[in-house]
Amino acid sequence: MPPIDLENVGIAPAPPALESEPDAASEQDAQDRAQAEEYASLRRKAIGSGIVGAIAMVLSMPLMSAGSHHGSAADPLVEWSMRFLDPIVRTAFPRLYAWDAAALKYVLLALTLGIVVWAGGSIYRQAWRAFRHRMANMDTLIATGAGAALLYSAAVTVAPNFFLRHGVQPEVYYEAVVMILALVLAGSALESRARGQTSSALRAMLSLQPAEARVLHNGVELDIPAASVRPGDVVLVRPGERIPVDGLVVEGKSAVDESMLTGEAVPVEKSAGDRVIGGAINRLGSLRYTATAVGSASVLAQIVKLMREAQASRAPMQKLADRISAVFVPVVISIAIATFMGWALLAPEAGLVRALTAAVAVLIIACPCAVGLAVPTAVTVAIGNGAQRGVLFKGGEAIERLSQVDAVLLDKTGTITEGRPSVTGIYPAEGWSESGILGVAAAVEKHSEHALAEAVVGAAAQRELNVPEARGFRAIPGVGARAMVAGRSVSIGNEKSVDPDTTIPASLLAAAERSASEGQTPLIVAVDGRVAGYIAVADVVKPSSAAAIGELKKLGLALTMLTGDRRATAEKVAGAVGIDRVISGVLPEGKVEQVKRQQAEGRAVAMVGDGVNDAPALAQANAGLAMASGSGIAGEAADVTLMRSGLDAAVVAVKLARRTVRIMRQNLLWSFLYNVIGIPIAAGVLYPATGMLLSPVFAGVAMALSSVSVVGNSLRLRQ
Amino acid sequence: MITTWLILAAGAAAIAWVNWYFFLAPKSAAGARTGVGGVQEVDVVVEGGYSPSVIRVEAGKPFRLTFDRREKSPCSDELVIGEFGVRRFLKPFEKTVIEFTPDRAGAFEFACGMNMLRGRIEVES
Repeated sequence: MPPIDLENVGIAPAPPALESEPDAASEQDAQDRAQAEEYASLRRKAIGSGIVGAIAMVLSMPLMSAGSHHGSAADPLVEWSMRFLDPIVRTAFPRLYAWDAAALKYVLLALTLGIVVWAGGSIYRQAWRAFRHRMANMDTLIATGAGAALLYSAAVTVAPNFFLRHGVQPEVYYEAVVMILALVLAGSALESRARGQTSSALRAMLSLQPAEARVLHNGVELDIPAASVRPGDVVLVRPGERIPVDGLVVEGKSAVDESMLTGEAVPVEKSAGDRVIGGAINRLGSLRYTATAVGSASVLAQIVKLMREAQASRAPMQKLADRISAVFVPVVISIAIATFMGWALLAPEAGLVRALTAAVAVLIIACPCAVGLAVPTAVTVAIGNGAQRGVLFKGGEAIERLSQVDAVLLDKTGTITEGRPSVTGIYPAEGWSESGILGVAAAVEKHSEHALAEAVVGAAAQRELNVPEARGFRAIPGVGARAMVAGRSVSIGNEKSVDPDTTIPASLLAAAERSASEGQTPLIVAVDGRVAGYIAVADVVKPSSAAAIGELKKLGLALTMLTGDRRATAEKVAGAVGIDRVISGVLPEGKVEQVKRQQAEGRAVAMVGDGVNDAPALAQANAGLAMASGSGIAGEAADVTLMRSGLDAAVVAVKLARRTVRIMRQNLLWSFLYNVIGIPIAAGVLYPATGMLLSPVFAGVAMALSSVSVVGNSLRLRQ
Repeated sequence: MITTWLILAAGAAAIAWVNWYFFLAPKSAAGARTGVGGVQEVDVVVEGGYSPSVIRVEAGKPFRLTFDRREKSPCSDELVIGEFGVRRFLKPFEKTVIEFTPDRAGAFEFACGMNMLRGRIEVES
């Protein structure tokens, strides 16, 4: 198909994105590309220096086996591994041992320098740049640690006699320098990849937006970029295709899978008048709809925006970590200097090499990254996981606050119940069928705008009834409505809509009274002045409510239902879903008061309601959970937006919040303990008692694993 | 004996210097210049850190921060201004513009994604 000149067919091209507001997708792409490049480069360097490290290890064997006669190999790990390697190398490369030691040292120096420049160059450059800004980071520690080891070894290589004159064995540990760099780079590579995975949910969200849309333009079907669709355009979607932009269905019937946007597992039936969300998958039928929101106004764009803002937020728990990482590196450098001093002063017989080894081990084992990553990675992963299950957290603080909640206030209408009336029972008089009275009633109510009328019309549509045409429609406020249907006079409404003298069969009267006592509204349908039956209408409980409320109770939460209804009706609903505490007759503005009252009792309160009417109560609550209305994402007041109307989303939110906070605590504790225990061991505090010393190479292994394990722990939140 | 004193003195001096250099020495600060339409503008070079790292602006006026990232070190690839809900990826060797209007006075940190590199925006009313 030839490309269509969009200007000529009257479709404006997408407006250029503002420089300061790039679209999220391209930014994520750039970030992904940079991360992939970084990972590839780190991997290459880690493998390269690992290979050179192994070679350096072999080349060091003759030197060390000579040095070990003096019983003071620089690195305990190397000393230990040498016991195994030395005989093997001796058999495999006997001529190596015949080499001049000084020449071997120069070969090792050259190899190490090569690795430091090629693989470690970026570490040194970054450390230097940070240094110039009076900043210190992980690179500073590695550069200093590896640099000290390299400088010492180089000095020993170039001027061995100087050291001998001062009674110091001229030992080198080039292999340690190379191995440390290899390990640090391997750790960074793993960390980089894991960090990339923390935003996989955001990436998945962004990929939901289809690139193209099929619109009807002057009667012609055109494939145009989805970004060029304008509100009001008529969009066509075939089975199996993604819905390109938000809209209102005009024609067609289909089931739409919105699970990736709302977490709703079951495909949602859509027909004329229903909303569709861009990014959802159209399953079976074809739909024709009018675009309503496009670009940044669309639900998908709002979700992505909220996710990005949430991931930018800092959790209060982060504060402690922030304070620590702000002073971390200079403090560790100070400890390393003190370690060197301690060894040199307290154990001069151990030699300068021991002092240096311990100081280097301190610099290498310390890991500010684990501390810095502990909370943000958990927040990022949790927000992504929540979004994929229809729960949008406003940020780390919202997660923390929700995790602390011990009481939940639930608004009845729209939260526990559907929030709009539907037909709950049809009681026909003799001579009438259920569909018979529903059909004539719907014929009249089709012309009405009353909320109850909508329920009747909806029920008729659901049963696919053939609704006849009505003429002469007349609404009688406070009573009901009447019209002529197929030549007969039909009225529908409360008891005032029929003549007081009309006889109502006793069985119908009983049914109507029973409905009323259960909080339902009975509508009398009369044809030609005779009662044809009752239609009971009520705001029904959502199918998922009872189970979700059971779950919330199991989580140890004290539940209270708030409603403006009369006590009897309220208690019926509460009883049906299993809530023990009901506060009825609450005006919308009284909800804030109820939240405050519970807070005064010392409870941390979550409020679940809709984002519009309940906004003040949501804002007052420790955590406000708002159910998103069809068109968009609830406003400022909510800490958590639930993308589907089922209360089960609230259960997901509470569980996820609690799990996330648990993971944050684990991460913080682990990263603190790791440093608090690792640094003293590296400094050699265990040496006097146990003779245990930590090799700088082993310190490198520990360091590489510590930050990866923190990110890995956070990634558990993806499940 | 002399060696002992020498080690003690050198070590103490080194520790003192490290802490002075990273914590106590004054950081570079800059006020915003006022550009077209009353927009306050500040350019920040990102290279192992932020320079200037302390920025002074007035509250209530639009503020344009241009981050000029001159490296591809992953340490600086994200910029977070938590207080104003900003998290942006800074493309290597490119300028990234961030605009917002500081609506309240106070000192607000901006930092890299891991809070290792830090700067401060001081908003004056």
